[in-house]
Amino acid sequence: MNDRKYIIAGLVIFIAIFTFPFWYNLGKASPGPDIKLTEKAKAAKQCVMPTGYMRAEHMHLLDIWRHAVVRNSDRTFVNASGKEFTMSLSNTCLDCHSNKAEFCDKCHDYASVRPYCFDCHIDNPKEKK
Amino acid sequence: MNVKYMYSLLAVIVLFLLAYLGVEAAGLRMLFGIVIPYVAVGVFLLGVIYRVMGWARSAVPFQIPSTCGQQKSLPWIKPNKIDNPFTPGAVVVRMFLEVCCFRSLFRNTRNAIKEGKLIFEWEIWLWVAALAFHYAFLTVIIRHMRLFTNPVPVCIQMVEKLDSFFRFEILTNTMQVGLPGFYLSGLILLAAVTFLLLRRMMIPQVRYISQAADYFPLFLIFGIAFTGILMRYFTKVDIVAAKELAMGLVSFHPAIPARAIGGVFYVHLFFVCTLLAYFPFSKLMHMGGIFLSPTRNLPGNSRAVRHVNPWNYPVEVHTYEEYEEEFREKMIEAGLPVEKE
Repeated sequence: MNDRKYIIAGLVIFIAIFTFPFWYNLGKASPGPDIKLTEKAKAAKQCVMPTGYMRAEHMHLLDIWRHAVVRNSDRTFVNASGKEFTMSLSNTCLDCHSNKAEFCDKCHDYASVRPYCFDCHIDNPKEKK
Repeated sequence: MNVKYMYSLLAVIVLFLLAYLGVEAAGLRMLFGIVIPYVAVGVFLLGVIYRVMGWARSAVPFQIPSTCGQQKSLPWIKPNKIDNPFTPGAVVVRMFLEVCCFRSLFRNTRNAIKEGKLIFEWEIWLWVAALAFHYAFLTVIIRHMRLFTNPVPVCIQMVEKLDSFFRFEILTNTMQVGLPGFYLSGLILLAAVTFLLLRRMMIPQVRYISQAADYFPLFLIFGIAFTGILMRYFTKVDIVAAKELAMGLVSFHPAIPARAIGGVFYVHLFFVCTLLAYFPFSKLMHMGGIFLSPTRNLPGNSRAVRHVNPWNYPVEVHTYEEYEEEFREKMIEAGLPVEKE
């Protein structure tokens, strides 16, 4: 009763599963998302907060904004350098970053996240005051 | 203070400091981001192959299934087909229940003295925590495949979606728990590993038999889950840069992204690498070992099928006929009875 062939078969299956990311991506060059800034965003040089912060924490900031606007009806955001912004995804964020497909979606698709922001804020509608 | 768990805790703290200071102070991103992950995966794969092949070479001289039910014998005695499997198919069923439901752990009992009598109580919490721990860990691993595949397969997105079905939110200026999704698997993993750790520390009998090698993986996995949760809800990292690093590793074009990812990410990665490299040489190899345990994977058919040890070397035997043939005359002379005259 020698089970070595079953053991080796099991081992091969395990290694195939474990190395899934290696063979799944085999021969696929996958550079990171190439996000495009609009002219307006380029001209502004900096977002409401430094770029590094925005890259990592923009979802947190948007959440804080939403909370401030919806719960406290506070629409003014003052950043670290004292500059004032209106807290609005549609009117502030998407004003500069009007190219959602080239900007927002690029990274969201790459990292497989599906924020529900755009369930309502579709096609960059301007909010009416 | 127990020396055994203090050593393990210290080891994990040292690992944390190594990775954090190595990246933040010494700038060894290349080492912690590329070299160590490749080495760890290599050690894991070769180590697992080495261990399993070692088991494959080991002798199974006896039929030693553990039985938890009536063996198949006479036709009017009802056998327990799963707990005492007779056919290979029944063994497969038993192994499936063992691997996927931890059936033998389910039977776990605890003994205690109540009113002067030794009693055995059914103890289910270890089974519950172990099951929660393993399945949460599996979900976490599957979920992480979104960082190692591009495009992300639909089934992985489905797991993510299922895992984050529970929506709730805690928002302050320093943390953002949830929103939109709160991954239940992360919380369950952390809770279960905490339970398993406290169980080892709190129950005197379990503490007595626990070694540093029992505490270390628990502390390490606690560290992995903790740093992961930290990065998701508290100090966020640039997830796109993290995925670029991961994708570079799995597509064999390793590169450290130009943008800084943050020390916590490297700590998380280093903990995982440590776990991978440590895995084949530790008790964690029960992942492979459970399939190869003779008490579980052998059929209970010892009354019907003779188990011949395949490692038996051929033994030269001198049968009675040959003996009598050799000494017949001397036996007759001495008056001993012989079978053939």
